[in-house]
Amino acid sequence: MATTSGPIPRIKTELDKRDRIGSLLVRLGANRNNYKVSPGLYALGRPDSESVVLVTANYKLTFDTLRKALNGLNAWLLVLDTRGVNVWCAAGKKNFSSEEVILQVKNAHLDQLVSHRKLILPQLSATGVSALKVKKGCGFEVVWGPIQAGDIKSFLAAGFQAGKAMRQVTFTLSERLVLTPVEISQTLKSLLWLIPLMFLLSGIGPDIFSLANLWQRGVPVSLAVVLGVLSGTVLTPALLPWIPFRAFSVKGALAGLLVGLGLMLFSLKTIAFLPALALILLTVTLSSYLAMNFTGCTPFTSPSGVEKEMRQAIPLQSVAACLGLILWFISAFVRTPV
Amino acid sequence: MEKFRYLPNVSTLKLDESLCIGCGSCTLVCPHSVFTMNEKKAHIADFDGCMECGACMNNCPVAAIDLRPGVGCAAAIIQSWFKGKVGVSCETETCC
Repeated sequence: MATTSGPIPRIKTELDKRDRIGSLLVRLGANRNNYKVSPGLYALGRPDSESVVLVTANYKLTFDTLRKALNGLNAWLLVLDTRGVNVWCAAGKKNFSSEEVILQVKNAHLDQLVSHRKLILPQLSATGVSALKVKKGCGFEVVWGPIQAGDIKSFLAAGFQAGKAMRQVTFTLSERLVLTPVEISQTLKSLLWLIPLMFLLSGIGPDIFSLANLWQRGVPVSLAVVLGVLSGTVLTPALLPWIPFRAFSVKGALAGLLVGLGLMLFSLKTIAFLPALALILLTVTLSSYLAMNFTGCTPFTSPSGVEKEMRQAIPLQSVAACLGLILWFISAFVRTPV
Repeated sequence: MEKFRYLPNVSTLKLDESLCIGCGSCTLVCPHSVFTMNEKKAHIADFDGCMECGACMNNCPVAAIDLRPGVGCAAAIIQSWFKGKVGVSCETETCC
């Protein structure tokens, strides 16, 4: 649309098929680092000089969520260059920053376009943005909007007031599960070499190397690895609030133990004690380590806490992993009763 | 978020109530409602709810809040151990 500050692109509030496929791919872990929209000012509906200005990140998933939530509203959308990263993470990296807000306000000549001097920023950008600096830098007052885009309409209707619930982050089952495909795909990228390696290692035995061993012992050990990955990246996040203990490494180890014992119970062939112990150790260790990694995806773990947990957990995980591998190796040489 | 509690007594959050001017910014920006206002002064009501994101410190006009901000992410902390950085943020391409 044409304005006193030149033409400004108008955006739709409905998502089309391409947006949905794009979102799905990103959620699965593809093209995550390059899913962006151009920074700058956008018009939503038919905004005028009185309309509110909402500031957001240029991650397309964020942008789509926001415009969809604002259906029926007349507003200006100021998109920052956060390098295609969501609001909270970009604020943590200081890409969603006071300086970036000031720069985009000036680039868009916002002071000529609107008569008021207010910017609505997502609350979670406060990690990177100082309201005081923005006011000094461009004369606009920062109003902290709600955390969820879906709450913006009621926030506006209430005269820029957000209740306590709107100001608190949540971590519901669906919010946790939507993260797991990316966790799995990233884990596979870094751990895929483990499976052929375990197969090769399994071939070593009293006959030096046998293909029969490679197959007979390779399948269960690979299964133990896969189950460890699933336990750490899916089961633990899903059951997070219900697994006892606060340290994620302990939660992951417990989930892994459950899965490992389950594998022994339901395996077609009875596995002897020594290899069984080795497999359970491997599943438990992997699950514990990957669950600990999930701290980065949660909205409530403090760096001091994660560091404390890691200092205790990593030595134990290393010992357990070595022990598991050694036992697995030795068990090939131990004659087991049939 | 009361359901989700992480390790207790670890946060580096400190509030100097004598400096506080009662603007209430910290109560607005904190995503875990750690602060409450009482007689025009901010108080830490839920210390163990703090995840050290640093939003409060960043928006306190009188620097009454101090903490070591950072991301609570194991991968980022491993990186910081190797690189020797303090309060490292997620910089890997695979991260958020």
